[in-house]
Amino acid sequence: MSRPADVMTALLTAGAARRVRALATAEVRLLVRNRTAMFTALALPVLTVILLSGIGFGEETDLPLGAVVVTMLAGFALLYVVYYNLVSAYVARREDLVLKRLRVGELRDAEILAGTALPSVVVAVAQVVLTAVVAAPAFGMDVPPNALLAVLGVVGGVVMFVLLAAASTAFTRNVEMAQVSTLPVLLLCMGSLIFSGVVVPADSVPDRVRDVAQFIPLTPIVDLIQLGLTGQTPDGDTVGFAASWAEAAAPLAVMAAWIAIGAWALRRWFRWEPRG
Amino acid sequence: MAEAVEVSDVRRSYGGYEAVRGVTFSVARGELFALLGTNGAGKTSTLEVVEGLARPGGGRVRVLGRDPWADRAAVRPRIGVMLQQGGFPADLTVTETAAMWAGTLTAPRPVAEALELVDLAHRAGVAVKQLSGGERRRLDLALAVLGRPDVLFLDEPTTGLDPESRRNTWELVRTLLDDGVTVLLTTHYLDEAEELADRLAIMHQGRIVRTGTVAEVVASQPATVSFALPPSVPREWLPELPGALVVDDGHRVEVHTDTMQATLTGLLLWARDHDVELRELSARPASLEQAFLAVASSEEKETERAEVAAR
Repeated sequence: MSRPADVMTALLTAGAARRVRALATAEVRLLVRNRTAMFTALALPVLTVILLSGIGFGEETDLPLGAVVVTMLAGFALLYVVYYNLVSAYVARREDLVLKRLRVGELRDAEILAGTALPSVVVAVAQVVLTAVVAAPAFGMDVPPNALLAVLGVVGGVVMFVLLAAASTAFTRNVEMAQVSTLPVLLLCMGSLIFSGVVVPADSVPDRVRDVAQFIPLTPIVDLIQLGLTGQTPDGDTVGFAASWAEAAAPLAVMAAWIAIGAWALRRWFRWEPRG
Repeated sequence: MAEAVEVSDVRRSYGGYEAVRGVTFSVARGELFALLGTNGAGKTSTLEVVEGLARPGGGRVRVLGRDPWADRAAVRPRIGVMLQQGGFPADLTVTETAAMWAGTLTAPRPVAEALELVDLAHRAGVAVKQLSGGERRRLDLALAVLGRPDVLFLDEPTTGLDPESRRNTWELVRTLLDDGVTVLLTTHYLDEAEELADRLAIMHQGRIVRTGTVAEVVASQPATVSFALPPSVPREWLPELPGALVVDDGHRVEVHTDTMQATLTGLLLWARDHDVELRELSARPASLEQAFLAVASSEEKETERAEVAAR
């Protein structure tokens, strides 16, 4: 693997864009032809949010329902569509020797990972945007005090979970095992969704739980989206545009740390071929 | 002009096991070089290092004058690689697979042309999972030539192909050679090497043990003259013949000789003078297969000897 700076340069050059597009086109076809992955990508996040709302989650918080729905959907989209789907996809491609074959061509390593991830990422982001545009006004949401933070949260979340997915393939021997090997991250992150003030009111979460939960990968993403959409901090205060940047410092740092950890783990443990 | 491929003293280990133990060879531009060897001889391990898929544990590799691992970006657009196993997503069609690959290349041929070259045009719309093993091999070859490479690496290109497809593949490889493409291939089929290779190397236990043109490698082996004596003629009546005498089953006689003409002359004159009918007479120059088997068995004996000595 090359350094993150090189990766960005590589991805921004014309040849790289062409190569990633070619691979992503093939991956879209594979996604459409894989019913399980399609269900996970298109239906699971929405169904989960509907289910949780149906049994009353989110009603007791002080947040506008629209913001709650967008945040929850973003969280589940990152977990299912980006993280879970990509662990399965990377492992499937590795075990079918596709990754090895791609590596003998002109594609660079980062392009292979990016091209494979692109369809899932696009689906996830599209769901979040659609929800924000269509559903949020319907449930009621004021003009976001700092939409940029919410966007930053989603983009950072995408990068983080793509990296974590690639890193998780190191302890996933085959596609079936992905159902088990993704559980630690999935369960932790769902816990973070519940205790981050979205599902239950922030002031009813014990401080100690909150202290620990802020280091879970999904927590900074949820915090940033909430802060951006409603101006509400994890402690329950409401802040304006200027103050929201200061409040965003901690979650941004945690997010950056997880991105760095993901990139490091990827370079350290990612395998391009099945274990011999 | 520099060699297309230069490999010097390359080593490669997996864990504690050294699969490639100091391999040196070079391939001139426009030449076909074949790596032969038993299973586990280190052919694929060597090839992967030359392709830039793995970093050598020791030694130096140059492809078109550059390091295929460090200068991957510069080398890859000029080489084509056919791995031992395809690595295609099962749910894509033949055309979709080739189009995806073409999209990643700097200057690809038209996809239809590449499929035509390997005789897969009629299967263009079929999913990869429905292809036969031989068809997958040919798809792999199509992808390897899709980028109009200057150097082509083929790892067992005709394994699993029916005889006709093998011939077609050989034809395609010859056409590419005529166009000036350099080819480095591994194969289990000795006739394939005899048919195609300008030069070859036989690998055994991670080392190159014979190398040269087919004629040079074969020259180390004796020719074989074989015949059957009538029951009335005991073997002891045979004249002194240069070369070692080998009796198979008391009926057929095999003579191994480095001077086939002298041996045959002596034998035939004796038969005429004594009015002996030599049935099933045949004289064969040494074959590559013979050279190959001799390498494998002699090395085994050496290993055994070394083991005995070690005790």
